[in-house]
Amino acid sequence: MIERFDPLKGERLCVLDDEGRASPGLDPGLGAAELRTLYERMVRTRAADAKALKLQRQGRLGTFAPSLGHEAAQVGLASAMTRKDWFFPYFRDLGAYITLGYPLADYYHFWMGNEAGLRTPDGLNIFPIAIPVGSQVPQAVGAAIALKYRKLPGAVVTTFGDGATSEGDFHEGLNFAGVFRTPNVFVCVNNQFAISVPRSRQTAAATLAQKAVAYGFPGVQVDGNDVLAVFAAAREALAVARSGGGPTLIEAYTYRMGDHTTADDAARYRTKEEVREWEKRDPLARFRLHLGTKGLWDEAFEKEVQAAASEFVEKAVAEAEARPPASPEDIFAHTYAAMPPDLEAQLAELKSSLPEGRR
Amino acid sequence: MILNMVQAINQALAGEMERDDRIVVLGEDVGRDGGVFRATEGLIDKFGPERVMDTPLAESGAIGVAIGLAALGLRPVAEIQFMGFIYPAFNQIVSHVARLRNRTRGRFTAPLTIRTPYGAGVKALEHHSESTEALFCHIPGLTVVVPSSPYDAKGLLVAAIRSDDPVLFLEPTKLYRAEKQDVPEGPYEVPLRRAAVVREGRDLTIVAWGAMIPVARAAAAAAEAEGVSIEIVDLRTLSPMDRETVLASVRKTGRALVLHEAPKTCGLGAEIAATIGESALLNLNAPVLRVTAPDITVPLPKTEDLYYPNSDRVLRAVRKIMEY
Repeated sequence: MIERFDPLKGERLCVLDDEGRASPGLDPGLGAAELRTLYERMVRTRAADAKALKLQRQGRLGTFAPSLGHEAAQVGLASAMTRKDWFFPYFRDLGAYITLGYPLADYYHFWMGNEAGLRTPDGLNIFPIAIPVGSQVPQAVGAAIALKYRKLPGAVVTTFGDGATSEGDFHEGLNFAGVFRTPNVFVCVNNQFAISVPRSRQTAAATLAQKAVAYGFPGVQVDGNDVLAVFAAAREALAVARSGGGPTLIEAYTYRMGDHTTADDAARYRTKEEVREWEKRDPLARFRLHLGTKGLWDEAFEKEVQAAASEFVEKAVAEAEARPPASPEDIFAHTYAAMPPDLEAQLAELKSSLPEGRR
Repeated sequence: MILNMVQAINQALAGEMERDDRIVVLGEDVGRDGGVFRATEGLIDKFGPERVMDTPLAESGAIGVAIGLAALGLRPVAEIQFMGFIYPAFNQIVSHVARLRNRTRGRFTAPLTIRTPYGAGVKALEHHSESTEALFCHIPGLTVVVPSSPYDAKGLLVAAIRSDDPVLFLEPTKLYRAEKQDVPEGPYEVPLRRAAVVREGRDLTIVAWGAMIPVARAAAAAAEAEGVSIEIVDLRTLSPMDRETVLASVRKTGRALVLHEAPKTCGLGAEIAATIGESALLNLNAPVLRVTAPDITVPLPKTEDLYYPNSDRVLRAVRKIMEY
């Protein structure tokens, strides 16, 4: 299906229309339970994100990058992955985390300022988020080479924004992937902005997906506000990758509804009108319509989903906030496999300078 | 076996790859060409292109890829062709290699080795003579190693590859073929984080590493003729540093000189002098002096001799300390 949408011709994969009707030839054909699960995940993502924003404003959580508007891209992508696949995320991937089963309490714990929250639970193949833009791309390629070398099943998915496509690591990573024909799926979440700098300042190319052409593998632009389109493209790209067919670049075309981070004010560089236009394309609203066309949505279901999301979020906040702060040992112990004498001395000195309760 | 340093490094790689199939080698020209210095010669024939990967010409990409390989259970040994070309990979090294263990509280680690030839003294072209080890010693989580002999090169590289920490393994270009030594054929480790007293003496300690060790030895021999007995500490692992061996030597001799081919300001000599000042001040009979390159860009070959520390400059500093 991916090859039917040529980014060089400006074609974009879109499954759902504005009324939520699925295009028959493109509908990935999910069952009722799976469709409802996609919706539940998006609702949870939005609720968890909104909560994080509130906590940040109250001083209970640090600076972070909100996911509002990205729910379809994040959930659609991660829903196509299995537990054998690996994920190399960027810093705006809450919906993927929730979908892949990363504990929300850990996510909050990290953004509250404790590295312990970035320790992926054993059994989950999720690499820590990359904050230096684009730096995760070659790492994901190395992981894919390792899977191939070790003859392990699965593919490696990595995400990044439109700004990352200007970074050298984007080029180097995709170039390696093409040369080594790795089981990678590269997902560029094009939300139109790198903080304030618009997509048009990142590249003169008409699409980001078409960059794949130069690396010798397929690229496809999908409607990033259409969870079924993202899911369908990701499912196909993952199947190709897992079966030795090489990498794919997916550009999820979307819009960042919130600020870049909680330290940003998007009103400085874009108009309310533009934001309002994109509100009409809200990924949750569109998918709700789709569920409606299938008789899978009503008020009672909505209430149930919202209540469950709220409980899920509150439980995670309580759990994260109940955790003890990091100790001096915690911040020293993982610098090296074994602490060198210098660090032992520095740790002892630090502890001796602390009041009783913080040692 | 009588080997030079390049041969010893090659033997370390081949031996470890034989022993452990998690070890893979990657970099520019490491395959068919065997590396521009031939350090990886023959490996591709023995282990195949899956384990000896010629990569696209992209240092950041290569180190990024090595991180992914290491995080998923392999033991990559990446070659950067010259230290002067390592800077595109600096972000990967500083932002990820060095801190992956800490930021995941040990769930993921990057036990990779980055080998790179470094240092001046071989009349190379521009960007091929850098000695910027101090940049990397400043980064928590990295282990920085420099051998000064074929024996140490093999043993330290084996230890680096086996280490659960990422290691930057700097190979002094000047010493690659300068000296041959009897090197055991089988694998052995020279421990990381341990300096070595490579020459015993009574009056003054020279702390040096890599290609400065022969310079220190020449100066020590000349000083001997003037009645000054010099002890030489080869740091071997620059970071984390074996301060105890340095301090023990200085406490014995009462005088210290640090010798490095990197520029003076914020070079490792400053760290070593500060360490001695903090912990052995009352043992000192004279100030700690540094003999280093000046704070200028490495000059091209015609004037390299003006830049590179030599035994005469060391001897002058020795006399100055002794006359204090």
